[in-house]
Amino acid sequence: MSDLAEHELLRGSLDHCVKCTICETACPVSNVSPLFPGPKYAGPQSERYRVADEPSVDLSVDYCSGCGICSQVCPQGVKIAEINAQARHKLKRQQGVPLRDRIITRPTWLGRAGTLGAPIANFSLTFKPARILAEKTLGVHRDAPAPKFAGRRFSKWAQGRTGAKTGRKIVYFHGCGTEYYEPWEGEKVVEILEHNGFEVIVPKQDCCGLPLQSSGLFDDARKVVLRLARNLAAHIRDEDTIIVGNATSCTLMLKREGREILGLQDDPALKRVSERTYDICELLLELHDRGELNTAFAPINETVAYHAPCQQQGHWVGKPALDLLALVPGLEVKEMNARCCGIAGTYGLKAEKYDIAMAVGRDLFDQVAASGAPTVACDSETCRWQIAHGTQLPSVHPIDYLHRAYGLGH
Amino acid sequence: MRSELHFDAVVIGGGTAGLTAGIRLAQDGARVCVLAKGHGSTHLAPATIDVLGYAPDLVTEPARALEELIAARPDHPYALIGSEVIADALTWFATTAADGPHPGYGYTGGLERNLLLPTALGALRPSALVPETMAAGERSQLHRVCIVGTPSLRDFHPSLCAANLAAAGIEARAVSLDLTLERADMSALGLARYFDDPKWRARFCAELSLALRAEEHIGLPAMLGLRDPHAVLTDLEHRLGRRVFEIPTLPPSVPGMRLYEILRAALRAAGGRLVLGAEVVSSARDGERLTAVSTRAAGRDLVYAAPMFVLASGGFASGGIELDSHWITHERVLGLPLRGLPDATQPPAPRFVATYLDEQPLARVGVAVDAQLRAECVENVIIAGATLPGAAPWREGSGEGIALASGYRAAQVVAGQANAKQEATTA
Repeated sequence: MSDLAEHELLRGSLDHCVKCTICETACPVSNVSPLFPGPKYAGPQSERYRVADEPSVDLSVDYCSGCGICSQVCPQGVKIAEINAQARHKLKRQQGVPLRDRIITRPTWLGRAGTLGAPIANFSLTFKPARILAEKTLGVHRDAPAPKFAGRRFSKWAQGRTGAKTGRKIVYFHGCGTEYYEPWEGEKVVEILEHNGFEVIVPKQDCCGLPLQSSGLFDDARKVVLRLARNLAAHIRDEDTIIVGNATSCTLMLKREGREILGLQDDPALKRVSERTYDICELLLELHDRGELNTAFAPINETVAYHAPCQQQGHWVGKPALDLLALVPGLEVKEMNARCCGIAGTYGLKAEKYDIAMAVGRDLFDQVAASGAPTVACDSETCRWQIAHGTQLPSVHPIDYLHRAYGLGH
Repeated sequence: MRSELHFDAVVIGGGTAGLTAGIRLAQDGARVCVLAKGHGSTHLAPATIDVLGYAPDLVTEPARALEELIAARPDHPYALIGSEVIADALTWFATTAADGPHPGYGYTGGLERNLLLPTALGALRPSALVPETMAAGERSQLHRVCIVGTPSLRDFHPSLCAANLAAAGIEARAVSLDLTLERADMSALGLARYFDDPKWRARFCAELSLALRAEEHIGLPAMLGLRDPHAVLTDLEHRLGRRVFEIPTLPPSVPGMRLYEILRAALRAAGGRLVLGAEVVSSARDGERLTAVSTRAAGRDLVYAAPMFVLASGGFASGGIELDSHWITHERVLGLPLRGLPDATQPPAPRFVATYLDEQPLARVGVAVDAQLRAECVENVIIAGATLPGAAPWREGSGEGIALASGYRAAQVVAGQANAKQEATTA
């Protein structure tokens, strides 16, 4: 599909905007920063001045964090966030993309390098002079949350795994966060799925392209997401094959954002992957609703705060983690209702946006503190890193509690 | 794997009517899911519960006026719901709000007497139940008032408001405070976030104190915080030594966002699910029964199956009902038959009346229902809120009352049908 046609598809939704301001009530960024005028202004209103083949008219749209909440709450179905993502792409193509954005949007490169030299890499990430240097030269904020490289890769663990070779096959998309930073989350996913009678297949895979897309690097993002889609599609055996992931923003990229924002609606491999991809909590709750989830959970007498990340909300399936955690006896779950933690993938890493990201997250951090919960559960890894940074509390994927309640702890 | 989810009841619409129905069903022990395309009218409306303001003249005693309306207009939603259920719904709502996520923040009023509260234009608008943050603006308490605004909030003009209040016989004056804010213009929501901050409130009060006179009530645009409005109100009244009240603003509505949070939290506390971004795109029927609806989720459509459904998708304003360019009116979610359409036979009735503020011929259009609020032709779909026919809420001052009472009633009907079915099975 041409750039123009893909754009017109989203642009058609503009006519439905009644200027009701509901998106403005929900925008995490415009509510804390004057640098972004808000989704209505930057979206349906500015779009009137955007003309194909003419220069970008935007100044502030790059301050949109791309969280997507505006599109979710719009009662008229306007594709606000998607329109703004395309406007950002045009703006950045015109302005030029900083070297930083070409580096931090490549988790696969970073992961491979960081894993090899994990001790040095991890030391540099916590070594203040190195961070100050990175801020001065690259524009990566010195205080931005940086996860530690695990020093091992999830896929290596998966290759060596001799799990169940019977049961229904399920394809596991683990993403880069699990591969390089939190391999233990992937191990838990596999063990929970096997505990529920699945045979887990872990295909060779790379980045989904979301960081590139959200920084406006559409051409690179298309290449990356299509490569991943082909790798995953090769494992679709029949109509019932499911692909499941625990990186909720990356599964959303496969399901919807890649197709809508990058204009890849018609790619057959991505379409086949898109319609059968599940977020892990979505899948487990659906199994439960069908009476197929093993619910032999041991009690966990703890309190946990739960934050549903924006990108999880973008799946438009509600908050399945809340209903899943409610199945664990003794576990008291406190739902946070702040909009966003602020990080929005790589947004909060950028020096000029770090303060905004922290201001966005303030509401959540305060709610967590007020809840008294010692741990915060959240479905997205970059959000967990930001939450840990902002609250000084540990932040885990909701499935950690299920894993423990199943007695699968290592 | 086909994603088909089963519930005891599915509610379509996340405004006051849909959320009320969902909460009541969940409180009754049903597995319920509320599907919302986006946020509803809560975020736009003043968040007062207006039950009956005009019939057609100003209503002072809504309880009595309701009885008269019910007797005179058997097709009105209130006549189908009944005055007892309306009163129960209001009592239930006041309790729910008091137990809500904002400590100490509640609603006051009732059906005995309408409260008259100033609008941003300085008109006096009748409501049955109002947030406590608005109570001190009630006409009977309002002798001397100072209306306070700021040039940054361009949709609120304190001098206009005060002048109209003065014309209504209230000693009113206006103060405009130049506040130091991070941007030139702000919405009430932006300002509400400032008011959430105690230090900022202290500075605001210090500045405002200089402009105040003795024994005035202070009217502010509705922006007294989102997190803890009760604490903000208490703090302002303490610091200023005067009664303070909120005046509803143009959207976004800060009290409306609080109302949404009250209902959302009650639904979750009762175990109900809410799915935002869930536009219903298709449905399946078995004869005269709706069996399932599908929503457009990311990647694929999700099927929500249930024995009972509540449709609270709104009227023309919310897009639940539309008038297309061929002048044909549709209920957009399920394609249900409508009632109250102007006579299309020759010569056709006029489609619009020329005087803007007169009642329009299409004003009372809604989904055709029976006395149990059941949709005609589809026996297991109960209709609630602005989707109902027979009312003209914006003229009657009845929108939230109908939403609340019909959502409450819809849950009763659903529960009654479920019980009846269960009894039939047992027998």
